Amino acid sequence: MLNIDDLKVSLEEEEKQIIKGLSLSINPGEVHAIMGPNGSGKSTLSSVLAGKDGYIIDSGTVNFDGSDLLEAEVEARAALGIFMAFQYPIEIPGVGNMNFLRTALNSQRKTRGQEELNAADFLKLVRGIAKDLEISDEMMKRPVNVGASGGEKKRNEILQMCLLEPRFVILDETDSGLDVDAMKLVSKGVNNFSSSSRSFLVITHYQRLLNYIVPDFVHIMVDGRIVKTGDKSLALHVEETGYKDFLQLGKGKH
Amino acid sequence: MADNYQVRDVIDKETLSTVRSVGGNYKYGFSTDIETEYAPLGLNEDIVKLISKKNDEPEWMLDWRLKAFNRWKKLKQPEWALLKIPEIDFQDQYYYARPANMKEKPKSLDEVDPKLLETYSKLGIPLTEQKKLAGVIEENPEDKSENRKVAVDAVFDSVSVGTTFKEELKSAGVIFCSISEAIKEYPDLVKKYLGSVVPISDNFFACLNAAVFSDGSFVYIPKGVRCPMELSTYFRINAENTGQFERTLIIADKNSYVSYLEGCTAPQRDESQLHAAVVELVILDDAEIKYSTVQNWFPGDENGVGGIYNFVTKRADCRGRNSKVMWTQVETGSAITWKYPSCVLKGDNSSGEFYSIAITNNMQQADTGTKMIHLGKNTNSRIVSKGISAGKAQNTYRGLVQIGGRSHNSRNFTQCDSLLIGNKCGAHTVPYIEVNNSSARAEHEATTSKVDEDQLFYCMQRGIGEEDAVALIVNGFCKEVLQALPMEFAMEAQKLVAISLEGSVG
Repeated sequence: MLNIDDLKVSLEEEEKQIIKGLSLSINPGEVHAIMGPNGSGKSTLSSVLAGKDGYIIDSGTVNFDGSDLLEAEVEARAALGIFMAFQYPIEIPGVGNMNFLRTALNSQRKTRGQEELNAADFLKLVRGIAKDLEISDEMMKRPVNVGASGGEKKRNEILQMCLLEPRFVILDETDSGLDVDAMKLVSKGVNNFSSSSRSFLVITHYQRLLNYIVPDFVHIMVDGRIVKTGDKSLALHVEETGYKDFLQLGKGKH
Repeated sequence: MADNYQVRDVIDKETLSTVRSVGGNYKYGFSTDIETEYAPLGLNEDIVKLISKKNDEPEWMLDWRLKAFNRWKKLKQPEWALLKIPEIDFQDQYYYARPANMKEKPKSLDEVDPKLLETYSKLGIPLTEQKKLAGVIEENPEDKSENRKVAVDAVFDSVSVGTTFKEELKSAGVIFCSISEAIKEYPDLVKKYLGSVVPISDNFFACLNAAVFSDGSFVYIPKGVRCPMELSTYFRINAENTGQFERTLIIADKNSYVSYLEGCTAPQRDESQLHAAVVELVILDDAEIKYSTVQNWFPGDENGVGGIYNFVTKRADCRGRNSKVMWTQVETGSAITWKYPSCVLKGDNSSGEFYSIAITNNMQQADTGTKMIHLGKNTNSRIVSKGISAGKAQNTYRGLVQIGGRSHNSRNFTQCDSLLIGNKCGAHTVPYIEVNNSSARAEHEATTSKVDEDQLFYCMQRGIGEEDAVALIVNGFCKEVLQALPMEFAMEAQKLVAISLEGSVG
């Protein structure tokens, strides 16, 4: 589904390479976790996959279902089925959640040549998902993420994911700022959503999220590269010993 | 409430798709091919007399005009606004134009030239009676406004072509007609109130208007009457090289209420055209007027060629105790906008509100705001201004809050937000606050922001294209003002917001 080959990425503003030769292959139905210390390039990777401005691709390719992902516009990638749950979901004052969701959903449908969803069907669909995630009607009436707690914002991200039905989901530090209850709720949402045709890239500092969203592969990222790949036990190892064992690996590859 | 909210949200969405289908550019830029009768070019006493004669006016009206004209000759065009106004040759304008077959004013809409009716229907203005305004009604089955009607007075160039629902309004005691008709039919009311809010020589443009106004709307709501429907005037400039000078006078007698809507468009032409209107509102004890404007005069092209010069004086006089006025304006059109709808809060406990969205794109310039003059005790005013600049446009909020020495316990709240799109435009805020009473309180909040890259990225990651994302964010920024508009107007305004900003990103 997703093939990243020897990707090197620099920041546009300062000539600093953040991702220094990263390769990763993700098949349908797989859950991959990327763990790593601060500044290892995890969030840059998710931004580059989603198509955010401000980065220069120095070399390498990213292939999604046979097409060159890096060539596609941000909204086109979304329509292809790429979704990123933001670490810090953005507030949009004055824009109601419902309006935002319907605009997003129908924009994607339109891009894919599907018919737009009418108001009644849309409301029914959203209300069903909101109920599962314990998101209140009151919250749905608010402007996008305005005045929402950290947990509410993250649940809102998961709601958007369930509504937009992407095939490839990036969870960018979705666990940050969540208490245990909120994490369980978010994880439940993700697990209910997972299927044999959908893949996840879970980016996290900590192992605890992986107790709930169980990965097939765990990659340790240090200094812009994947230095170690294993199964879920690798995450447990990190939990015990920290990243210090891996820091050397990162440097050794220069 | 809950359902209303969702319905409104859904409408936002519908709006965006409508905008897409409209496909950009100024959609009212067509002109109507109709034989037009002009007064001779230029301005002199004979022209003033001619206009008065065309309208079959009584002597006192002509005297009033001539007095204004003589004052105007001595006045100078104001230069204090933050506007670059090309020199206007007032002698190179036509001051009167009317469809040639309107020599005899139509007695009913049946007699109106079908071409004119067609023009208005193209603009989406229903002039046929019984026709309900299309829109949200189908969207919201619980809405009780199914029978909601809007009475329309349509002004085409210099004359009113017809007013709808006249009989029905009459039975409620409401007078709604063109001002030329009111001068003849209700001279006592007109004499009493015309110029009582905006005096003849108030300012250069108002004075010019007093001399040459050709038509406009007149409304009188009698004591204790809540106007049974919304009233609306639709202004259309069609003739080339012609200034439009309309005058509106609305009187809300004691304990009455009216909501009034005003819309404006003009054809796309290379020559700039002048528009200088005067609106006077008189509000007596316990009465209330809501006045909403969607101004969409042709803004000129992206290089600043053509467009309407819009110099408008609007003022509400809250004469009575507990009187109330609310101005809501959405200014998206015109090459130049010079406009400060004001409230004079004379009556004790009177209140004035001003909600404004001013959008400038490309080479447009706007200097707009309000004046809140507190004279009575316990008076309240509220100003919410949202200015949006894109392209190379300049957008200035200019506002005066004045609390007089005898205006005890009065309050003002001002919120003034500017949004910039791109880095070649400008936003300016010029608030004047004069408080002469220690028990008064005036608050002023101002923000300036840019359309946030993170917000755009967030929208786009969810699949929303860049222009739709900007329209969405800007509509969100304006929400507070859009919500102050009547529903039908809010929809129109949202469309306009998106259309006016097309091509401003990327």
